[in-house]
Amino acid sequence: MHEWALAEAILKTAEEVAQQQKLTQITEVVIRVGELQQVDSQILRFAISQMKHAPFEKAKFRILTAKTTLRCRVCGASWLFSRSKMDKETAEAIHFVPEVAHTYVKCPKCGSPDFEIASGRGVWLECLKGAK
Amino acid sequence: MVDPRLSVINARLNRISRIIAVSSGKGGVGKSVVATTLAFALARCGCKVGLFDLDFTGPSTHIILGAHQVQPKEEKGLIPPTVDGLEYMSLIYFVGDNPTPFRGEDTSNALIELLTITLWDKLDFLVIDMPPGIGDAFLDLVRLIHRIEFLIVTTPSMLAFETVKKQAELLCEQKMQIIGLIENMKADKSESVELGTRRLGLMYLGAIPFDPQVEEAIGKPQKLMQTSAAEALRKIAETAILKGKNQR
Repeated sequence: MHEWALAEAILKTAEEVAQQQKLTQITEVVIRVGELQQVDSQILRFAISQMKHAPFEKAKFRILTAKTTLRCRVCGASWLFSRSKMDKETAEAIHFVPEVAHTYVKCPKCGSPDFEIASGRGVWLECLKGAK
Repeated sequence: MVDPRLSVINARLNRISRIIAVSSGKGGVGKSVVATTLAFALARCGCKVGLFDLDFTGPSTHIILGAHQVQPKEEKGLIPPTVDGLEYMSLIYFVGDNPTPFRGEDTSNALIELLTITLWDKLDFLVIDMPPGIGDAFLDLVRLIHRIEFLIVTTPSMLAFETVKKQAELLCEQKMQIIGLIENMKADKSESVELGTRRLGLMYLGAIPFDPQVEEAIGKPQKLMQTSAAEALRKIAETAILKGKNQR
């Protein structure tokens, strides 16, 4: 349910971007969500629909998901994050603070926790479309 | 692409009257004990207080509090649990006693995430146990929290003070609010830290005596507040924080 906190942040940022770009009517907002954070897109979409206000009343909110690529800083191996073998508590901890993946995830090749979250970390406002 | 989290951080903190960052350029000066004891001292003066452990390199306030079996409540964000009268938030809810091998960028992201999703109640004070040093985490908090006031902790050791001095100078240069400096674990009558603090143009708030009973009181807040260290800190809280004006 902390998707609500993220929805609030998305709307506030979108409002700031709309003002910067002098957009008065927004037709589309594109959001990119990294798999690492395991954000529930349905809850996020619902939260946005409940909180949205001018100039977003008629805007379509498009939520894209991005695969999470992790890259080991020790041996250079790259792999995709998967929560399939994770217990519920660990997955939930990473859901709240994605960086705690460093506590629970290890490089499948060398076992190091020193990896880079190369892509697909959290929630990003990708772009806004609308009229001036 | 824009990171949406940055836009709500100060809104999350706007029901808090004062945000006090207990800081030190040097690790091992007792910053976490000072932060926790200060939070209790303010709470015992009738204030509503939160304690936020943002020292991800070695979170330890939960050990001082003896906070076990508590978790934040999830409700459109995370609501910190109350521990001995303090609203309390820490990364330990998510990592337990496991190591957190974060690089600078990870620390920044985790800090921003916690600041974004934590929903504090209306508070008189939020006491932050800051990361030691002047690295990424420290700079992020200086950048992100607009109304932050610094309470700097050193020990009588010149090694500690010379490092702490650099942090103080940086904060002065950046025109940050500094309440003053506390000399922790003082065991003699040397005035060198006090004189050095005044040379920096900062308020020397007082000394906390070295008190072996503090170690015995770790995990026992009631006992902690009966130590001479807690009594000294209570006086500092009353004179410099509750009644005092900021010096910069």
